[in-house]
Amino acid sequence: MSVVIKNGHVIDPASNTSAPLDVLIIGDRIARLGTDLRGSEEIDATGCIVCPGLVDIHVHFREPGFESKETIATGSQAAARGGFTSVVTMPNTEPPIDNGGMVEFVNRRARETACIKVWPAAAATKGRAGAEMTEMAELKAVGAVAVTDDGSDIASSWVLRRCLEYADMCGLTYLGHCEDASLVQGGAMNAGLNSTKLGLSGMPKAMEEIAVARLVRLAKLTGAKVHVCHVSSAGSVEIVRWAKARGIRVTCETAPHYFTLTDDAVTTFDTNAKMNPPLREAEDVAAIKEGLQDGAIDCIATDHAPHTPTEKDVEFDYAPFGIVGLETSLGLVVTELVEPGLLTMEQAIRLMTWAPAQILDLPAGKLAQDGPADVTVFDPHAEWTVAPEAFLSRSRNTPFAGRVLRGRVKATLCDGRFAYREA
Amino acid sequence: MATVSEGEQRVWTRKDLIGLEDLSRDELDMILDTAPQFLAVSERESGIKKVPVLQGRLVVNWFYEPSTRTRTSFELAAKRLSADTLTMNVAASSAKKGETLHDTLYNIEAMYTDIVVIRHSAAGAAGILARRHPSHIINAGDGAHEHPTQALLDAFTIRQHVRRTRGDARAGLNGLRVAIIGDIAHSRVARSNVWGLTKLGARVVLCGPRTLLPGAFTKLGVDVTSDLREAIDGADVIYVLRIQLERQSKCLFPSIREYIRLFRIDKESLKAAKPDALIMHPGPINRDVEVSSEVADGPRNVILEQVTNGVAVRMAVMHLLVNKPRVAVQGAEQ
Repeated sequence: MSVVIKNGHVIDPASNTSAPLDVLIIGDRIARLGTDLRGSEEIDATGCIVCPGLVDIHVHFREPGFESKETIATGSQAAARGGFTSVVTMPNTEPPIDNGGMVEFVNRRARETACIKVWPAAAATKGRAGAEMTEMAELKAVGAVAVTDDGSDIASSWVLRRCLEYADMCGLTYLGHCEDASLVQGGAMNAGLNSTKLGLSGMPKAMEEIAVARLVRLAKLTGAKVHVCHVSSAGSVEIVRWAKARGIRVTCETAPHYFTLTDDAVTTFDTNAKMNPPLREAEDVAAIKEGLQDGAIDCIATDHAPHTPTEKDVEFDYAPFGIVGLETSLGLVVTELVEPGLLTMEQAIRLMTWAPAQILDLPAGKLAQDGPADVTVFDPHAEWTVAPEAFLSRSRNTPFAGRVLRGRVKATLCDGRFAYREA
Repeated sequence: MATVSEGEQRVWTRKDLIGLEDLSRDELDMILDTAPQFLAVSERESGIKKVPVLQGRLVVNWFYEPSTRTRTSFELAAKRLSADTLTMNVAASSAKKGETLHDTLYNIEAMYTDIVVIRHSAAGAAGILARRHPSHIINAGDGAHEHPTQALLDAFTIRQHVRRTRGDARAGLNGLRVAIIGDIAHSRVARSNVWGLTKLGARVVLCGPRTLLPGAFTKLGVDVTSDLREAIDGADVIYVLRIQLERQSKCLFPSIREYIRLFRIDKESLKAAKPDALIMHPGPINRDVEVSSEVADGPRNVILEQVTNGVAVRMAVMHLLVNKPRVAVQGAEQ
């Protein structure tokens, strides 16, 4: 069985390809890129971009424990709809993914129910309690691709230091949720003019920046490879840029909401604008965009964090942190970064494919001959309106409802099979 | 800003009262100009303190936080307007586990409610209800966000005093200097007063320990200082906030003793103020903590007038929201 994706414009950042080409897929592999290719099935990609399946190294699929928010099945469908063929799932489930058996559980559920590739990250400490490190060699052996206590930080610098050393020995990258929790007492949003007006307890940017600074200093001390999750503030970008200039092994990600929204989105007490780290201010949005342009920020991840409508339909203080992102990420990147000319389409796709894949050494994010046939076809000009009720995710918690975006996925192939195809 | 000509008619349009941030100068004047007729109801020589303005209507006082003053004030206001009243005191902790805020209000509304007065510990609670539900929602305090009727009764009390002392029935707050002293960070009273007083033309200075005084307030056009003498120097009104003793354990100030040393309004610290500066307090007072008994009971205090006026202002608000009357805005000089 062979499929050829015809008449599209292929962008493959890993090989610096950006040209009108056809892509021939035989079975689960990419046979070759070329012109006038033929296959038993043809996909017409006229006017579309054909790129490697997108890679998101920061998602929450909530299984096991919180299946009413999301499952590996529904999360993967949402991902495929958003153009993703590889995601890295965070371990803050219930129970958490903190031992080999739990990693195997995620892998089994992914095999049984997912339409894309699910790469589990495991906890760095047992029970995500920040006290004792997990059995990282075993976690690595059964398929964990990184370690992290995401959702909270490791408060003790001693524990964090030892986790970094041990993870590095095991060949695992540490993903840092950088937050000095002792600086936050019931914080619900960014600390600033808006929190002062609204009377909500503020989370100062320093809360994130202190922890980013600590992590890069410990990366220098230990020589370990670290990755900073969901960077939201100008100060954090500056610290990462500083560390990179000094040869410290650090990478970082940001999420679409941090280059799209400010904490003005909170002024109606909309709980769908509540996430951690919180939406910041205009100067931070500008710094995030600049970091994406100059390479201080290595990739874009969604921090897809589903919560049920009921959980979010409460007083702002009581609402859980987090928003869904998989089905809006590509549209926001195209609309907010590519169309205004901040990034070329090639740069944008790199930030969503090859760049994140390299950070965790995933066999993904490129269109290699004989490589896995993970391919996304999207129309960069097609306009659509974000309609949460139509999401494939089980949850609806997005601050982008009603927003008009450009860039719409037509088809997502994972290992040569349709994971999503526009009706 | 346009000068309001005498006798001009304005129509109230809002369904709810959530905060003073949203209100225009005209709307503030409408409330303040509607209140005197209701003050007169409470002061009737006949002793019959009632008008049939909300007869047959149901006002639900829905309090998630303990409150004596505000709750009784709203209850009395409703009763003096001849409404039926129902008071629900709910422990926020139990509500958090059970029924959602919206569901509780759907139930209240299923009993044909007209006005819902809500006090809640979470900022934004009143506003999210107002946007979804048909009842008239009055915010009686939402977290540290707003407490609009408190600030309205404060403005009314200041205006009343100014008019009386100047013998000018049209005098307003324009140009007055108001110092608000205490825990600004956690105070919805301070926030609503900042919006209300500045819109009415007063200059506001906020004063308290740096730990309880967010610097962002300067962006709202008010002065901010931690020097009490600087704050009250030249002030026409000294507004003292209640200091919550438990803030000490959160490392926000070292001791009541030191708070008194730096921020208490007493005979000594008042030497820096105008001799006729008004002393106000939203209550309840911690005697001899944020204000000395001597000053709290002294000739400059209007603390009980605030309480009296509170009923009238709340009657005015309920009347405006439900009946949407035309109001002859007499206004004040701008």
